[in-house]
Amino acid sequence: MNRQTQKRLLGIAALIVAAVIWQIVAEYVVGRSFILPSVTDVAGAFVNLLGSGTLLADITVSLEHFGIGLLAAFLLGVPIGILMGWFRVADFLLDPIIEILRPIPPLAWIPFAIIWFGLTTQAAGFVIFAGAFFPILTATYSGFRDVPKVFVEAGKVLGCDTSFELIRYVALPAAVPAIASGIRIAMGVGWMCLVAAEMFGVSRYGLGYQLWHNYYLHQMPNVVVYMLILGLAGLIIDRIFRNYVDGQLLRWRAGEVA
Amino acid sequence: MSGVTIRDLGKAFLKEDGAATQALAGVNLEISDEEFVCLVGPSGCGKTTLLRIIAGLETATTGGVTVDGRAVTGPDPKCGMVFQEYSLFPWRRVIDNVAFGLEMKGVAKEERRRTADYYLELVGLSQFRDAYPYELSGGMRQRVAIARALANDPDVLLMDEPFGALDAQTRNRMQKELLSLWEQTKKTIVFVTHSVDEAVYLSDRIVVLSPRPGSIREIIDIPWSRPRDRTSAEFAEVRRRVLRMIDETENAQ
Repeated sequence: MNRQTQKRLLGIAALIVAAVIWQIVAEYVVGRSFILPSVTDVAGAFVNLLGSGTLLADITVSLEHFGIGLLAAFLLGVPIGILMGWFRVADFLLDPIIEILRPIPPLAWIPFAIIWFGLTTQAAGFVIFAGAFFPILTATYSGFRDVPKVFVEAGKVLGCDTSFELIRYVALPAAVPAIASGIRIAMGVGWMCLVAAEMFGVSRYGLGYQLWHNYYLHQMPNVVVYMLILGLAGLIIDRIFRNYVDGQLLRWRAGEVA
Repeated sequence: MSGVTIRDLGKAFLKEDGAATQALAGVNLEISDEEFVCLVGPSGCGKTTLLRIIAGLETATTGGVTVDGRAVTGPDPKCGMVFQEYSLFPWRRVIDNVAFGLEMKGVAKEERRRTADYYLELVGLSQFRDAYPYELSGGMRQRVAIARALANDPDVLLMDEPFGALDAQTRNRMQKELLSLWEQTKKTIVFVTHSVDEAVYLSDRIVVLSPRPGSIREIIDIPWSRPRDRTSAEFAEVRRRVLRMIDETENAQ
């Protein structure tokens, strides 16, 4: 048996043991599905939810909120990060503003998200944006600050005459790994904000919305189903991104992980 | 004509507290077309600064540099540069690194790849054209860097301790290859080095700088034909002379 299969088998064994303990504790120690649903309760709830057919809509709506927030964070975070990382004046001008806004927890933006956007998809997207924007901004900024000086000078002697050319052909490609890891962190934070962003009822569907909805209905096994799906979806999104970045963008850094 | 003329050149760096450090003072040097000149001197004598001013990467405080009769005001593809550190763009394949300068000039893809292939062939790395820089050894990276500088067809090739990070054997081989490239391309080369041995092996003239503020202490002509024999008595004699000169100035500090 090689290391890899050994690792896998042990992992599966641990999961089974955890599930068994969970089941025993839920059924014989706690004994109330409302306090702690058992494995079988959750499995049953999952089958029911599959049958009722809203799971796919929930996932789609959540991905939509998440996509809006992340896209906006990317479209604003990368250019502002470039400006601040490349032009000192932009850095001096924007840094105090950023430093004041950045420590504000993303969820503290919820009241204004509702006031500005109403109970809309955009409002949920805005909360996710508030969480995802700063990781992308700071990663782009430091990626640009850390571009080796010799690359910039090589670019200059080889004929890059303008800041635009130096950014486009030298600094941006050099900063791609930093930006990619910033996006990865931003996706993690954005996903965390999702549940809160859907809490105030911007839509009839959504993983976060359903989590709260089922809580109000005291359907705790359903709550656990949505918790697990949220975790699993977050994991899958992260894996897909990582594989894409490793495979496509970073062929030149073989073996390194964003 | 692709000579370099340096006139009354001085360079002062401003420190944080506002005090100025004089790095170079009163440097006058005439480098003629197709000449191979090495700059040597004790550490901190400003030889790299001098090279960077010729490249347009630093500006002189006084005096100036003309290349090919035109004053240097900033970086220009007419002056190719090979850096001491590995400066290949790691995100570009070898071929696209070499073609970078032509891409900036707006040369069409087909044509710039053809030119790049020619220069890769010249440095003997055709089989690595589609590799990424991380796949190459240190010596190969510097050969690609030389090809990249040459592909721009510069009048002058500036080299800042390009072989400084290589092991002794690779270094000797690179020196031979550089001489053969120089004979084929007929570029004017200004070469900064710490190694007196390297300077004697390569150059038509060795320019010895004195320490801060750097100025020219002596220029030594080496009229011998190439390839030169490092073990010969005359080679050893010149090497001894230059080393003594650098030692004296260093101790005088």
